[in-house]
Amino acid sequence: MEAFYDWFRVLYETTGINLPFLYDSYDRDRMFFGFFMTIKLSLVCLFFSIIIGIIGAWLQNSPFKWTRRIMNGYIQLFRNTPPLVQLYFFYFAISSLLPTVSNGYGGQQPILGGFAWAAISLSFFAGAFNVEIFRSGIEAVPRSTIEAAEALGFSRLTIYTHITMPLAIRVALPALNNNLVNLVKTTTLAYAIAVPEMLYEANQIWSDNVNVTEMMFFLLLVYFGLVGVLVWGMNSWERKLKLPGFGA
Amino acid sequence: MTAALSALVFAALPAQADVLDDIKARGTLRVAVKADYKPYGYRDTSGAIIGIEPDLAQDVADKLGVSIEFVPVVSSNRMQFLQQGKVDLLIATMTDKPDRRKVVSIVDPNYYSSGTNIMTPKSFGFTEWEDLRGKPVCGIQGAFYNKKTGRDFGATIVAFKGTAEVYAALKAGNCVAFVYDDSSHVATLEQAEWADYEMPLPTIDDAPWGLAVALGETRFHELMSEMIIGWHKSGRILELETEWGVANTPFAMDMNAKYK
Repeated sequence: MEAFYDWFRVLYETTGINLPFLYDSYDRDRMFFGFFMTIKLSLVCLFFSIIIGIIGAWLQNSPFKWTRRIMNGYIQLFRNTPPLVQLYFFYFAISSLLPTVSNGYGGQQPILGGFAWAAISLSFFAGAFNVEIFRSGIEAVPRSTIEAAEALGFSRLTIYTHITMPLAIRVALPALNNNLVNLVKTTTLAYAIAVPEMLYEANQIWSDNVNVTEMMFFLLLVYFGLVGVLVWGMNSWERKLKLPGFGA
Repeated sequence: MTAALSALVFAALPAQADVLDDIKARGTLRVAVKADYKPYGYRDTSGAIIGIEPDLAQDVADKLGVSIEFVPVVSSNRMQFLQQGKVDLLIATMTDKPDRRKVVSIVDPNYYSSGTNIMTPKSFGFTEWEDLRGKPVCGIQGAFYNKKTGRDFGATIVAFKGTAEVYAALKAGNCVAFVYDDSSHVATLEQAEWADYEMPLPTIDDAPWGLAVALGETRFHELMSEMIIGWHKSGRILELETEWGVANTPFAMDMNAKYK
């Protein structure tokens, strides 16, 4: 392994192509850490944004007027403002209004750190889109299917979880796919509030080594690979769920 | 042959007027200064550029008996201004580095210096860099000392785009300290809102600042060298620090002691 790493030092010395995150152990650790941070942040946000989408679409069809209104307010607010502004808003404005906890060496620190705020903010942002995506799926379920279920005496929740949602997901998947790809790319914004994800670490490395070109190539390829894995997974899920004769 | 050549050279010399003659003929000294680095060079409420470095530049203009014109520059374009002859003199918080000496003529001795230090609430009582181990420390994205603070002293660097974000994060407790130029800290700590903060560590990576003239301007270079020695000798730099609300820096005190 060391010989492999050293090869990149030789590459730098002979050709000037500088990839310090391969031959310098400190930079390597930083890059690995950033890579896993990006994956962790992506997974957390994917999970919560889908949960928000499912629950949100349920609340949007609620028989209570105020539940629907609040849900629509949330969607308008998060879908119509830039995610970077939301991130700053949560991290700098909301965070300072919350109670603080002791940091263990005589000071107070905010109860939630950069990672938590990035996860919350990006989940809400993508979640707002997911609500609308699931709604489009739900509206595509034939009214007659639901009426048939109602006639059989199923409750509203049972119809939603067992009939509407499984059918709606199939219709919504292509759009959901799009939004989740976007979400993985949007995790790079967390770099503005100092979450040490891949772009953040790459920025430190190219500042220290003045190798902007190499780092840009590297970042582009890694994100291409990461999103590729997600798209591949979503596409095969889409194929598995395909019902002959139904929807998309 | 040699005699003829040297005669030619000597004959040509007076015709080659240097920048000092240009300044006198023009009646104006054009100086590149910072306009966003309080208190070394910044704009007052009327928009005029003031600060320690403009004051030093004024000394030069007074010595030459000409008026002065300040040209605001930023770090990325300042040397080009001098190279292209848009200014005669550069006094803009520039760190003296060997590769810069190839591009402009940096005058010895150095007139000022700054290093790396932290700004932190007094309550923490940090006294050495090792105290930062394992603690979150704010920084500016891309600053060279982030790596050192992280690798050598074990701090977790929380780096933001600009100083405004860092100050907000520091106040909110997202980090225990801000690692940055000590000259900037000194100026910030003068403000009442930062009264509970201090700069407690020994400054590291002290780097001298160089003022510069264009390459090949030997006469102006020598004049500036004399002026800098004069500033150190008379305690002019110390006096300006006090006047602009900066605590006297060790570099300025050492240079004053050396030339006195």
